[in-house]
Amino acid sequence: MTSLVVRGASILGGDAADIHVVDGVIVGVGAISAKADRTIDAAGLIALPGLVDLHTHLREPGGEVSETILSGSRAAAAGGFTAVHAMANTSPVADTATLVERVFDQGVTAGFVEVRPIGAVTRNLDGEQLADIGAMAHSRARVTIFSDDGKCVGDSLLMRRALEYVSTFGGVIAQHAQDPRLTLGAQMNEGSVSAELGLQGWPAVAEDAIIARDVLLAESVGARLHVCHVSTAGAVEVVRWAKRRGIDVTAEVTPHHLLLSDENVLGYSPLFKVNPPLRTFEDVEALRAGVADGTIDIIATDHAPHSASAKDCTWADAAFGMVGLESALSVVHATLVNPGHVTWDGVARLLSTTPARIGRVEGYEQPLTPGSVANITLVDPSFLGEWGVDRLVGRSHNTPFGGLELPGRVMSTIFRGTETVIDGRIVDELRTA
Amino acid sequence: MKHLISTRDLSRAEAIGLLDTTADMVDVRGRDVKKLPTLRGKTVANVFFEDSTRTRLSFEAAALALSADVSTLTAQGSSVSKGESLKDTLQTLEAMGADYIVLRHSHSGVAATVATSGWTDAHVVNAGDGTHEHPTQALLDAFTMRSRLSGATARGAGLDGANIVIVGDIAHSRVARSNVWLLNTLGASVTLAAPKTLLPKDITEWGVSTAHTLDEALDGDPDVVMTLRIQKERMSSGYFPSESEYSRFWGMTSNRSARLKDTAIVMHPGPMNRGLEIAGDVADSARSTVTEQVRNGVAARMAVLYTLTGAQS
Repeated sequence: MTSLVVRGASILGGDAADIHVVDGVIVGVGAISAKADRTIDAAGLIALPGLVDLHTHLREPGGEVSETILSGSRAAAAGGFTAVHAMANTSPVADTATLVERVFDQGVTAGFVEVRPIGAVTRNLDGEQLADIGAMAHSRARVTIFSDDGKCVGDSLLMRRALEYVSTFGGVIAQHAQDPRLTLGAQMNEGSVSAELGLQGWPAVAEDAIIARDVLLAESVGARLHVCHVSTAGAVEVVRWAKRRGIDVTAEVTPHHLLLSDENVLGYSPLFKVNPPLRTFEDVEALRAGVADGTIDIIATDHAPHSASAKDCTWADAAFGMVGLESALSVVHATLVNPGHVTWDGVARLLSTTPARIGRVEGYEQPLTPGSVANITLVDPSFLGEWGVDRLVGRSHNTPFGGLELPGRVMSTIFRGTETVIDGRIVDELRTA
Repeated sequence: MKHLISTRDLSRAEAIGLLDTTADMVDVRGRDVKKLPTLRGKTVANVFFEDSTRTRLSFEAAALALSADVSTLTAQGSSVSKGESLKDTLQTLEAMGADYIVLRHSHSGVAATVATSGWTDAHVVNAGDGTHEHPTQALLDAFTMRSRLSGATARGAGLDGANIVIVGDIAHSRVARSNVWLLNTLGASVTLAAPKTLLPKDITEWGVSTAHTLDEALDGDPDVVMTLRIQKERMSSGYFPSESEYSRFWGMTSNRSARLKDTAIVMHPGPMNRGLEIAGDVADSARSTVTEQVRNGVAARMAVLYTLTGAQS
């Protein structure tokens, strides 16, 4: 029997209490007098359930130069996560049971977080033929989310079939909403900034129109739809309308779309090149309001590591994407908590309970209560510091937040009772408590 | 001024200074000895990742007229076509001692990236980047306008009150962007005429008027009509239906030329599609400044290199 006590943490931003963990399970929350093998002084810290990311790119297999399942797992733990979903656009693509099991097993071996593979919707992400969805769902990896992320399932008939087929296995399609024809050659948000910079515009309607089509398809076949990285005011409106209508849709937003805008692109720095693109201030405001009123269900990072050479180049040559696991909670703190859009309780919902529910991840149903798996994140809310690459622990350094003052710091992450982050530092080797 | 990346970065004083220096360079070009010793011992590297014989020759002539050593790199047959990154190419040029890098690239933003990346300490002159900017073209255009409207000897003057129409593919035109910023700075008022498909979606901050036919724009009695080259591949991408329809609504035809006031000029940055965006007889008429623009181009580029040199010493 191993035990651990977290002393005096503010539970979900509320009253302070101790959390007693025995053999990876929370056995008591309140005033704990029992002795434990290890004690964490959490006075002044906020206790959240371990965070769950529905959208990361861990790059393994095929992209190990920019991230591996181990390095991405460590980046996740450093950011306070205890579960991450790994997108299917690896090389080879995760479109068979064998491949998703391999990703799942590597995650178990790494041991820092629960790695949940996402399966491809279509074979090789080609958008032509369904991938082995049933086999992936019934594999050891128990895949529940299917996505061609990075590419949109553009064909309406195929999207309809995919929605119908995954519902057979209790799954969900996570759509990357981007009309392929409307965004041919697109480089950045279409607007006054793209007009000035002479970069091919990426119209908001290319996202909004696909989401509108997909919610109607989901309604007509009675399936569940998840919308990845909503980035426009119009998309928020469409999702709001769909929910009012009773359509079974959930939506995510990334931290970077809650903070940055297309004006960041003015110097052509490839660090700001991302898909979907950074939009306007009006979109940023609409996204925050969408989170505040529940239209947007969750925050997901779309952590997209890229090697230095893919970003230390010209805008056109640069890869799309930014890392986000380590910075996610701080950006949410800055954009949603500090302006008063959500409380810490809401942060737990947006970054843990709800994403776990959408992905059918077990152990997050009753956060920080006796009987639950001990997935716990302790945050210092009083911290304020300049963000920089020194805060990154993954293999790639393409953060867009360098130089910004960001609040909050993950001081401790506990994954199934094991500390993965101690005193704000990722542990080098895991020792099971 | 260390680099010339965008006409947006130029103050009015800097812009007029460049036009005045261009006038000086025109004088130099008219002398028996057509050279200045300004860049003796300096190296100007013309780096053209995109083909442009006329702009490259113009920059070479300008650098030679300032006594620089000139080396030219074009994408064809170089290490660039072997997949070398822009960063490596630039660092190679830096190691070879290039003091000025004149850069042409098919992607927007490349000149800005090179100037700010730390890859090189050289002065960077943007010779056209994608659909972003072509600042030396705008300077030679503004100088040509000023010479025609206020006389070749005009010094210290801007283009205040001049009424300028730019017609054509604004969305994909670096010439249009550089001209709009510079003409605004010089006090001109600008009208853009194009089908909506060839205008950027949001130009509310450009400080220009728009017209959806050339006739509508000509109703404003312009001093200058600048026609832009239309790429024929725009038709297959659905930007406009046919050449004849383009000419009908946006071509600088003889009839439209006849509507202009006597002093008005018609410009084109070249190369022209005669009979499409500009009628052959208009291009060859006394209104046309096409060859004058080419001539002034060398002087304007001399002025740019000369001015950047001053910043260093």
